[in-house]
Amino acid sequence: MDDNVVTVQNLVKHYKDVKAVDGISFSVKRGEIFGIVGPNGAGKTTTIDCIAAMHRAYSGSIDVLGLDPVSDSIALKRRIGLQQQESEIPDRLRLREAMELFSSFYEKALDWKMLLEQLNLWEKKDSFFSGLSGGQKKRLFVAMALIGDPEIVFLDEFTSGLDPQARISIWKLVRNLRDQGRTVVLSTHYMDEAEKLCDRVAIIDNGKLAALDSPSDLISAHGGYTRVYFNVGEGFNGESLSLLEGVESVINDDDTCALEVSVRSVIVEIVKKLDAMGQGLDSFRIEAPTLEDVFLNITGREVRD
Amino acid sequence: MKSPFIAVSKSEFILYLREPSAFFFTLIFPLLMMLLFASMWGNDPFPDEEFGYVDFSVPAFMGLVMVTSFIMSFTTSMAAYREKGILKRFRAAPVAPFSILAGHLSAIFAVTVAGVILLLLAGILFYDLKFWGNIFEFIFVFLLSSAGVAAMGFIPASLAPTARSGTVIANILYFPMIFLSGAALPWFMLPDFLKDISLIFPLTHAIKLMQEVWLGGPFLDYPVHIAVLLGYILAGLFVSAKFFRWE
Ligand SMILES: Nc1ncnc2c1ncn2[C@@H]1O[C@H](COP(=O)(O)OP(=O)(O)OP(=O)(O)O)[C@@H](O)[C@H]1O
Ligand SMILES: [Mg+2]
Repeated sequence: MDDNVVTVQNLVKHYKDVKAVDGISFSVKRGEIFGIVGPNGAGKTTTIDCIAAMHRAYSGSIDVLGLDPVSDSIALKRRIGLQQQESEIPDRLRLREAMELFSSFYEKALDWKMLLEQLNLWEKKDSFFSGLSGGQKKRLFVAMALIGDPEIVFLDEFTSGLDPQARISIWKLVRNLRDQGRTVVLSTHYMDEAEKLCDRVAIIDNGKLAALDSPSDLISAHGGYTRVYFNVGEGFNGESLSLLEGVESVINDDDTCALEVSVRSVIVEIVKKLDAMGQGLDSFRIEAPTLEDVFLNITGREVRD
Repeated sequence: MKSPFIAVSKSEFILYLREPSAFFFTLIFPLLMMLLFASMWGNDPFPDEEFGYVDFSVPAFMGLVMVTSFIMSFTTSMAAYREKGILKRFRAAPVAPFSILAGHLSAIFAVTVAGVILLLLAGILFYDLKFWGNIFEFIFVFLLSSAGVAAMGFIPASLAPTARSGTVIANILYFPMIFLSGAALPWFMLPDFLKDISLIFPLTHAIKLMQEVWLGGPFLDYPVHIAVLLGYILAGLFVSAKFFRWE
């Protein structure tokens, strides 16, 4: 028995004539934070919804905690929590009423008061749903995803529309969930977030799995070169820098010079050379590749429809 | 764990009380209709009968309350829930569609009973309303009628994809039903061909059955009404079990 809590094999899902997911396979390990990223319309929500037993028709096979999302849908939903990218509850329901209502669906519900506290919504407990801001609604749905004390929590774009404070506090919450032994599957459009938070990240593009690994391995495999930037005066010639072992390219604009380096240690040589040339180093900047570079390298730079 | 069914009915009931227009149409509108007609026709016994207009039409106005709740309110609110994605949020929880429908319906049933009590109070206070039947038989027939009318509402409530389509379907069912089944106008005043058409509606059978039992008829004398109502109940359950749409 391996330690996978989710196994997806060759998942294909159509909406009428749209092929939203086109043969995706991956598995999620118990206790990890698993990220799903990809351009708009890539199939992230569809994949998550299939796993979380929100669809009855798809092909391929999905196993979640030993259960089948179609035939064991209710049993499965007792053990997972899903925060949907878009959802609603009745406008005139107060938060505490909504939390009580959804608690009643689970045998071992968590204390909803504590959840509202954790998501900084306690002061709003007597407000109507319609009286919440966008970010507050999002946090309410995260709280609702946790209400059933789930083993796996699915968070679909859990930080879009949140302010920086709320994002940071939700990251902390997600790490806590993992420390409690839960598995977290999340989707996001913020690559810094995926890089910081996730143990592994799947990149989905056009309904297909384009890459899957830990952020650091993805970056070393697909991130490209580290870049070095500095401002230069008129008449600067970067030719001599390109001769250094490990410098892959030199681009010399009007007033900036950008170098791509494949070996970190060459940066010391660059600095020495610049110093010898009498270049000030005030503007000197090093940029290591990030998950964002991986994302753009893999999925391309065109805007999706 | 509390029962999901009870939790849903409780929150739907609360939501209902926060919705003034539904409140008016279910509780106040049938009462005003009854008082309007009663003010014209009074409650003096009809020639050769013991009962008068109000005695005869209180069960019909009960039918009006039922159809307002179970067709109008129920269908439009379920369709709006579907369109807004509220049902989709319910779907993410381990709860069967039946608990949602039944919980919703029972909240609406509570309001229906309140509407019926208002009719009875007004009839008793202002028109010396009398009752000739067996109270237990009448309660049974009232429940059967509610279930039959609600079952018709189950079908659009399970299927209508948008709030707009829900409202359109509700109106298409509602207005012919209230005028042809005896809810708003006495059924015997209709021309024969309309009487024939009206027999397809569960409400026609519900109202006739309630009127007969109210005036003292034993309910087993009306197997056709009972059979039609049971048929609607089966059809409604079948359609919602088989074709219920979450989104
Ligand atoms: N209910 C639906 N009916 C028809 N097509 C749909 C439906 N839901 C999604 N699609 C289509 O399926 C594809 C995948 O959608 P999905 O919502 O899974 O993408 P996503 O990766 O979550 O995108 P986003 O980042 O914008 O949330 C898209 O082309 C979308 O237009
Ligand atoms: Mg999405």
